[in-house]
Amino acid sequence: MAGETLTSAEYIHHHLTNLTFGKLPAHTRPGQDQAVWTMAHNSNEAGAMGFWAVHLDMMGWSLVLGLIFFALFRTVARNVTSGVPRGLQNFAEIIVDFVQDNVKNMFPYKNVMVAPMALTILVWVFLMNFMDLIAVDLLPWVAKLVGVHLMGAEPHQVFFKVVPSTDPNVTLGMAFDVFLLILFYSVREKGLGGFIGELSLHPFSSKNILLQIVFIPINLVLELVNLIAKPVSLGLRLFGNMYAGEMIFILIALMYSGGIVLGVFGGALQIVWGFFHILIISLQAFIFMVLTIVYMAQAYDTGESH
Amino acid sequence: MNFNLTFIGQMIAFAIFVWLTMRYVWAPITKAMAERQKQIADGLSAADRAARDLELAQEKASQELRTAKQQSAEIVEMANKRSNQIIDEAKHQARIEGERLIAAAKSEIEQERNRAKEALRAEVAALAIAGAEKILETSVDAKAHSDMLEKLAAKL
Repeated sequence: MAGETLTSAEYIHHHLTNLTFGKLPAHTRPGQDQAVWTMAHNSNEAGAMGFWAVHLDMMGWSLVLGLIFFALFRTVARNVTSGVPRGLQNFAEIIVDFVQDNVKNMFPYKNVMVAPMALTILVWVFLMNFMDLIAVDLLPWVAKLVGVHLMGAEPHQVFFKVVPSTDPNVTLGMAFDVFLLILFYSVREKGLGGFIGELSLHPFSSKNILLQIVFIPINLVLELVNLIAKPVSLGLRLFGNMYAGEMIFILIALMYSGGIVLGVFGGALQIVWGFFHILIISLQAFIFMVLTIVYMAQAYDTGESH
Repeated sequence: MNFNLTFIGQMIAFAIFVWLTMRYVWAPITKAMAERQKQIADGLSAADRAARDLELAQEKASQELRTAKQQSAEIVEMANKRSNQIIDEAKHQARIEGERLIAAAKSEIEQERNRAKEALRAEVAALAIAGAEKILETSVDAKAHSDMLEKLAAKL
């Protein structure tokens, strides 16, 4: 029984470890005298690499899905006609129209970048989330076959996660881009003084100068927390939802090893959770997009009164 | 689940994809959509205009028809009036002509009668003298009896 629990734990652990390429510090492996750039053989090595490592699986899927998104929409854009739209163009236009409506409703300013960014987020994040619906073991199994037979790796050293949005690096990376844009547009629209004023004169303000001076640091702390919370919550919300969803898929997949009855039950559960998850992945992609638009609008909003 | 370079990588990838989308996807698609929207709007307004034009044309046509009917009625009425007038005039002229003819005939008759009277008168005088000569078997001094004869002739 103990052995089985261990294999279950190993199974989960294996599923949660990235295919990592990075700079392994000296003396991590037996007989290793200096730091080398290499593939991590287990999660400890991946951890030891620290910041100087790349999750190849996450980065790879992220780029592949981004390219799929771009190729799809670029095909439409190249053959676009203002006459009667057909097939793929209809599909793309529905999405573009949806994004445009949302942006128009929430972002009443002139900016050529916000709407395309919203479109990118919606479709790309959706595709990244969608990887969750592909059977949890399928792609890792393929990767293991390729890794073992073509690259000569040890089976237990081939890690392969397929859902980029279950990696906080990926979600926070996008959120941080949004954060940089918030800072950029805030400063551009309100001026540096205006932006700092917005941070330090709300929510507490007083006509009494002395009291106002006391309030400024308090406001600054509150508003800075508020500001920092935007990208963090944006990135972590997506990560948390997707990570939890994937975890449930993994846990349900564990049932397959528990005999026929449990296996069939697990299969049914996978399907049910899969249906439910369709809602979640769409919703999370939509929320990421909406929040980005809202943050952009807040950055543009000059005459705001709390 | 380690924080590492993937973060930077995704930041760069995201920025690039946003830029690509903005430049090569969003602009052409939204432009085509806006164009189509304009075309549809133009088409609808053209249809509206055409319908309005049709309505106007129909109204104008019926108005023309009404005017034409009215005019034709007027013309018929005028023609009737004119024909009546012509008939009246003709009647009038005929009457005048008739009267004139009658008058002319009357005056001719009168003249004829006067002429006949004169001729008769002259003949009566001669006849009377001749008769008297026969009766008296003597010649009558025409001069001596001319006064009496003239009186006789005047009585005729």
